[in-house]
Amino acid sequence: MAELLLTAENIGLAIRGNPILHDVSLRVVAGKIVALIGPNGAGKSTLVRVLLGLLRPDSGRVWLRPGLRVGYMPQRLALDDTLPLSVQRFVTLGTPAARARVQAALAEVGAAHVLDSPVQAISGGELQRVMLARALLHEPDLLVLDEPIQGVDLHGQYELYDLISGLRRTRGCGILMVSHELHLVMATTDQVLCLNRHVCCSGHPDHVARDPAYLELFGSDGARRLAVYHHHHNHHHDLHGAVVPDLPPSPTRGGENVRRPPMEQDHG
Amino acid sequence: MDDFLARALLGGVGVALAAGPLGAFIVWRRMAYFGDTLAHSGLLGIVLGTVLNLNLQLGVAVTCLLVALVLVLLQRQRRLATDTLLGILAHTALSLGLVALAFLETVRVDLTGYLFGDILAIGRIDLYWIWGGDLLALGVLAWLWRPLLALTVHEELAQVEGVPVFPVRLAFMLLVAIVIAVAMKVVGILLITSLLIIPAAAARRFARSPEGMALLASGLGSVAVGLGLWASLRWDTPAGPSVVLAAAALFVLGSVVPGRSWR
Repeated sequence: MAELLLTAENIGLAIRGNPILHDVSLRVVAGKIVALIGPNGAGKSTLVRVLLGLLRPDSGRVWLRPGLRVGYMPQRLALDDTLPLSVQRFVTLGTPAARARVQAALAEVGAAHVLDSPVQAISGGELQRVMLARALLHEPDLLVLDEPIQGVDLHGQYELYDLISGLRRTRGCGILMVSHELHLVMATTDQVLCLNRHVCCSGHPDHVARDPAYLELFGSDGARRLAVYHHHHNHHHDLHGAVVPDLPPSPTRGGENVRRPPMEQDHG
Repeated sequence: MDDFLARALLGGVGVALAAGPLGAFIVWRRMAYFGDTLAHSGLLGIVLGTVLNLNLQLGVAVTCLLVALVLVLLQRQRRLATDTLLGILAHTALSLGLVALAFLETVRVDLTGYLFGDILAIGRIDLYWIWGGDLLALGVLAWLWRPLLALTVHEELAQVEGVPVFPVRLAFMLLVAIVIAVAMKVVGILLITSLLIIPAAAARRFARSPEGMALLASGLGSVAVGLGLWASLRWDTPAGPSVVLAAAALFVLGSVVPGRSWR
């Protein structure tokens, strides 16, 4: 059994009388990815903020392993244009680090070329990578990613997902991730938590995909998108659009055409 | 150089040095209206200082801080937007100050001086207060620089990374209150925000780092003080507004100077 990093038990929260979360429980262990999915307004980001201690729940409790280091990647960054800030400065705001370490963290997420650019001048996809690098520089035991691939083009999304999915092995950290991209979530995560103010269903992606509650929430669209995802490519495109062959399948590419070995079911 | 002119220059530059970095944060955090609101409550501080027989600058600083705290409390109810709350607070505090002033029949107060500044009347004691307050503000700001910058970029991210958000934010408000209290003598409560914001805005185009922008803002502010005082002597214009106009001229000049800005 992998090391337990975080548990939440029976979280309930209402904001100005509106119930946002009801009886939500979950656990994150080292080396595994838990994905939070759900429709808009399902309380996904609210739950993340409760888990991070940014919001106090009305009921229930959150437990973090003592001494747990959390790397957080927020949903968006609205940096005022008047603040002259280079990517290097931005990344080291959370954790002071030498230039070489910053460079290494940026290289790990494929954004080494923006080291000295102003934060406001890089693309949305690059910004997501830079924010991930900042979280990684913190040497986290637990990564909390709130919609990490929004604003990233389609192929960039695959790359970023593969990158994130590889982190649980290269870094050994647990990952809690909010996402809208059902097809990617279903292919790369270890546990899916389907949230609609309460936990509709949870478990291994294959299990959740057949759950009536999941089908009711996402309908045949979700099922269809899942089917689309399972077709085979013999290549993909890197960030610059160049064709990259997929042979041989490396262990860090858990995505497009590599069938994962079955994993033990974890119903949290 | 005449004595009063040297004191005016020393006082003005002292205020400009602290106003630079603090103003940069006010610009980055989009708190211009907040600075204005605190400044508007300065008059109330003067009345309180007079009634309680306190030092006036201390009275202003304390009043500004109280108004800032009231704002923090009001922000907890989330029905009205912050700029609406600021508008209510700013003008309530200013009017309260004016009304309270009218009750002080025995005290003659130079209202124009407080509203628009009286830099040429800066005395030796004023200089001690200005430089004392400034060095205090700059020291605390240097100490808080990193967490405050992290907070400015993304508050929740900073909190997750361990920045004590509320104390740092409160300390920043205290710094703004201090600088407003000491700057009042130089440009007056109606013009203080301009000394905070205009040099920082003028510095933006030429800065490549937050620290660079803060230092440049201090420098431009000091130049504006010198230019404003010179113009005031040359054409016999009111000194405080002349300093503000000089800063504005620097801003315009900086905007039209050819050259590529760093984003």
